[in-house]
Amino acid sequence: MSGYEARFRVWRGDQEGGGLRDFTVQVNEGEVVLDIVHRIQATQAPDLAVRWNCKAGKCGSCSAEINGRPRLMCMTRMSVFDRAETVTITPLRAFPVIRDLVTDVSFNYEKAREIPSFVPPAGLGPGEYRMFQEDVDRSQEFRKCIECFLCQSICHVVRDHEENKQAFAGPRFLMRVAELDMHPLDAAAESGLDRKRTAQEEHGLGYCNITKCCTEVCPESIRITDNALIPLKERAVDRKYDPLVWLGSKIRRRPS
Amino acid sequence: MATGTEHRHGGGGVRAPGRAAIAAAHLRTDRWWLAPACTAAGLLAFVAYSTWRAFANAHYYAAPYVSPFYSPCLAQNCRPMHGGPNADVFGAWWGISPAIIILIFPLGFRLTCYYYRKAYYRGFWASPPACAVAEPHRSYSGETRFPLILQNVHRYFFYAALLVAGVLTYDTALSFRDDRHHWGHMGLGTLVFLLNIVLIWSYTLSCHSCRHIVGGQLKHFSRHPVRYRAWRLVSRLNARHMQLAWASLISVALADFYVYLLASGVFDDPRFF
Amino acid sequence: MPVVDRQEWDVVVVGAGGAGLRAAIEARERGARTAVICKSLFGKAHTVMAEGGIAAAMANANEHDTWQTHFRDTMRGGKFLNQWRMAELHAREAPQRVWELETWGALFDRTKDGRISQRNFGGHEYPRLAHVGDRTGLELIRTLQQRIVALQQQDFADTGDHEWGLKVFQECTVTRVLKDGGPDGGRVSGVFAYDRETGRFFVLQAPAVVLATGGIGKSFKVTSNSWEYTGDGHALALLAGAPLLNMEFVQFHPTGMVWPPSVKGILVTESVRGDGGVLRNAAGERFMFDYVPDVFKDKYAESEREADGWYDDPDHHRRPPELLPRDEVARAINAEVKAGRGSPHGGVFLDVSTRMPAEVIRRRLPSMYHQFKELADVDITAEPMEVGPTCHYVMGGIAVDSDTAAARGVPGLYAAGEVAGGMHGSNRLGGNSLSDLLVFGRRAGRHAAEYARALAQERPRVNGAQVELASAEALRPFSAAAEGEAGPPENPYTLHQELQQTMNDLVGIIRREGEMEQALHKLAELRLRAGRIGVEGHRQFNPGWHLALDLRNMLLVSECVARAALERTESRGGHTREDYPGMDRSWRNVNLLCALAEHPQGRIRLTRETTAPLRPDLLALFEKEELAKYLTDEELEGGLSA
Repeated sequence: MSGYEARFRVWRGDQEGGGLRDFTVQVNEGEVVLDIVHRIQATQAPDLAVRWNCKAGKCGSCSAEINGRPRLMCMTRMSVFDRAETVTITPLRAFPVIRDLVTDVSFNYEKAREIPSFVPPAGLGPGEYRMFQEDVDRSQEFRKCIECFLCQSICHVVRDHEENKQAFAGPRFLMRVAELDMHPLDAAAESGLDRKRTAQEEHGLGYCNITKCCTEVCPESIRITDNALIPLKERAVDRKYDPLVWLGSKIRRRPS
Repeated sequence: MATGTEHRHGGGGVRAPGRAAIAAAHLRTDRWWLAPACTAAGLLAFVAYSTWRAFANAHYYAAPYVSPFYSPCLAQNCRPMHGGPNADVFGAWWGISPAIIILIFPLGFRLTCYYYRKAYYRGFWASPPACAVAEPHRSYSGETRFPLILQNVHRYFFYAALLVAGVLTYDTALSFRDDRHHWGHMGLGTLVFLLNIVLIWSYTLSCHSCRHIVGGQLKHFSRHPVRYRAWRLVSRLNARHMQLAWASLISVALADFYVYLLASGVFDDPRFF
Repeated sequence: MPVVDRQEWDVVVVGAGGAGLRAAIEARERGARTAVICKSLFGKAHTVMAEGGIAAAMANANEHDTWQTHFRDTMRGGKFLNQWRMAELHAREAPQRVWELETWGALFDRTKDGRISQRNFGGHEYPRLAHVGDRTGLELIRTLQQRIVALQQQDFADTGDHEWGLKVFQECTVTRVLKDGGPDGGRVSGVFAYDRETGRFFVLQAPAVVLATGGIGKSFKVTSNSWEYTGDGHALALLAGAPLLNMEFVQFHPTGMVWPPSVKGILVTESVRGDGGVLRNAAGERFMFDYVPDVFKDKYAESEREADGWYDDPDHHRRPPELLPRDEVARAINAEVKAGRGSPHGGVFLDVSTRMPAEVIRRRLPSMYHQFKELADVDITAEPMEVGPTCHYVMGGIAVDSDTAAARGVPGLYAAGEVAGGMHGSNRLGGNSLSDLLVFGRRAGRHAAEYARALAQERPRVNGAQVELASAEALRPFSAAAEGEAGPPENPYTLHQELQQTMNDLVGIIRREGEMEQALHKLAELRLRAGRIGVEGHRQFNPGWHLALDLRNMLLVSECVARAALERTESRGGHTREDYPGMDRSWRNVNLLCALAEHPQGRIRLTRETTAPLRPDLLALFEKEELAKYLTDEELEGGLSA
């Protein structure tokens, strides 16, 4: 179980261009890809740009693509690769590159701002909130999200179609809408905000064709598609495509 | 041995301006094409088989078994099935196979099913072919426009699927007769039908729309304990929706094929009692 | 000279962890236009690593809990060295701070009757930690982040600009706090910073600056801290003329991962023990029973049976010794390993697999399950974890006013969170960190905003010469190769590794006089070599350059730790001297202050200071016998007669 020399191809470059550079690096037992990137930094390329933080899979900073798949570098053990294999590391390919492995993820922060925040219930002060565990379970699952943006990066809606970035919030932020809509005390409806409708009309839920890459890639194993996106689609159906509901609302509205 | 520097290039998707200059559409090294290929092959096989059987208009009844493709049978040209799911709703003008009338519903249910959508979007449309593998289409509007916006009617097909599953349950009950319509008998076909109906129900109830209707639409589970329990049950099934989708697809074809074999006289139903 | 971009703000908050964000929210809500600067992306701060919970006496799980009990536990945990007024404010205000998070959308785990669930933790008499599984810090950060977004949405509705009143400068680093006078005088006038992405310099002019930069763990080799923890705020305060308090107190968390090597130091949450996990040595013994110190003898169980009974019936059993304060447990583990009773990879065993069903473990400790499975290939539901002490937290920090969080000696400078000193005394209790961030983050934000408003008419001006000096200082590593008069350029990564090794080996969990002197020599050498650091490449997102700039801070702070540790000739909380193993009551009210002063041996000068005696009503919360263990006879007489 001793160390060995492994071959890596790391993308280096910036907005002007760049390419895959070859490195041969020592790998020790139990190491993860981020350890290797750090070793390259410390010994061969001190200015190799990489974003990282906790190195324990909790902050979601070190997202990159390893052998073509978006992953957290700190949670990808070297033992999953064959020793003879050349491991390729590139920046996330859905966002503009800044330098080397660092991408400009501001798309996500812009989308975060477009989701209306939690609306506190009127008449309840701090300390007066009562919620039951079964009522918070669903939203709590979504709040496990570490905002690594791997789902945003792998989703073909924006990865393969830059032009959709305007209209589509991406899995992470549609999940945020679902989280708030399922929050037992969110008073958006009372304030005149219909999250079920806006999910479709403003945040681009219809672009999602539920091909589940977001779920596959989630390092927190959140079942984004089954538990957030599809339930949200069903809620949108309640509002927009259910003729019975539509008829009911017409009839009720007419007398007034 | 470094590969040369790639300079900015035009293009869309992962080659859009601003993104890391990598010419390859993807860098996956695993056999990513295997899953969509298997999905496509499996679905194609079923489509071929079911098209043949649905248009055959023959060999769908071998007392006491009626093929699930032809049940309920709603035209005048249906074969008489003693106590079976016959009802001459459409009358004599319907000239082609009566299977077509009823297959619309299970077909629509599966076509709009959240799992099958994923399967054929990936397998047939390559949208995307696999995760992080660039899709070949120049533009994409998902399910925001006609026709794909119609996927939102899934829940109505779910209601229809409940009715169809009810009829198939009735057929399964009928399979406890012998070929002279006496009750209290059982053959190998009965087991095939039992297996099929269990899978059909499991698949139908594990549907995402069902999960929503049963309880998912609620904001407060704590105020609806019975619906909460039902939701949890459906959620457990829902986690296996894909497996159930395939299993029930195979079982329904198997049940039909079994009836075909009996009706065409290839072999006789082994009777237990 | 490069043109340096300038912007005008009312309050600048350095750091976007729990304290920084809470300060920014408060300042903004009080009308101050507020800028937040953080080294990482918004929402990635080290606070996300906090697992266990937020300590607040809400009395949801045990109705007997009160702020007084919480205060008492905090003082005991800190071995009475705490700034007692901070401990008091903290215990009083923590429940409000937690409840207010709910009004911003936080979803804590619930009790049966729908209130916030509270869990047990080391050193807390009652179940007191509001939590969300074992990812409480993430919930805290996300809630504050989303609150900031909510405020920005309000601003957008009012002004059409999201960032009109509250802006986050992410991936930017502050290298200097600017003042309107010379280095020893004057008031805060702003900060000098660089944008990591572009390498561009900028100045934010503001009369009030809140430092909320967290800790110093990256000066140690084995640490649970992330790369950001380079003591920036500590160093910025020192360089601006504000003193640091009691820097010798560094908490080594008893349970960090020890294997594989690349993850050594990553935290294993205390909740593992709070929920029933036990520590065993290689012989399978629950050794903690042998390590209960006298001051805690009557509070902790003596037998395994008694300890195990406590989980279900805490009113009639004493607590298991695994839940002693962190310093005690860390020393015990250290001693077991030294005595040759350690695990194969040099730790001890922490076992939950034989204590709870697998299903319960996965539900209550999901991230621990995940962490061990992914990083060490260990299934904690089936086998024990191997754990050992890891550098986790610094109790010392910027000396602040207890009520206003204002740093001493520098008008306009505030500090909150880990970077501020005093609140936790010599040792912090688990769960008290997150509540500290909220309580004092809010106070710092409030007082900074008020101070800024009072100065509306005559704001301190940014001194151009200081900006030029700061800019030259930051650019120096690029010209090292050209200079080269004193020796070859140094690699920042190599220097960092040597510093970490030095602090870990010589100023670590157990300290000795000779070793600390050696450490000071080594630090002096490193400081000289740091003057020759050279970096390759250009200014755009260049990690080598960033590290070179951070090293200045780590070296300064490390010297503070080493000097103060050498000076304090006793063992107390997070400071353990092998040559002075006992706690000395005469040291109890002595604070060591570090200030910047160039002299041949280094850059730090120490001064001693005595703390004000505890207020009588707070003193009255303790039994006289207990106080006698901490306070000198004179203090005791004076205090009780008052």
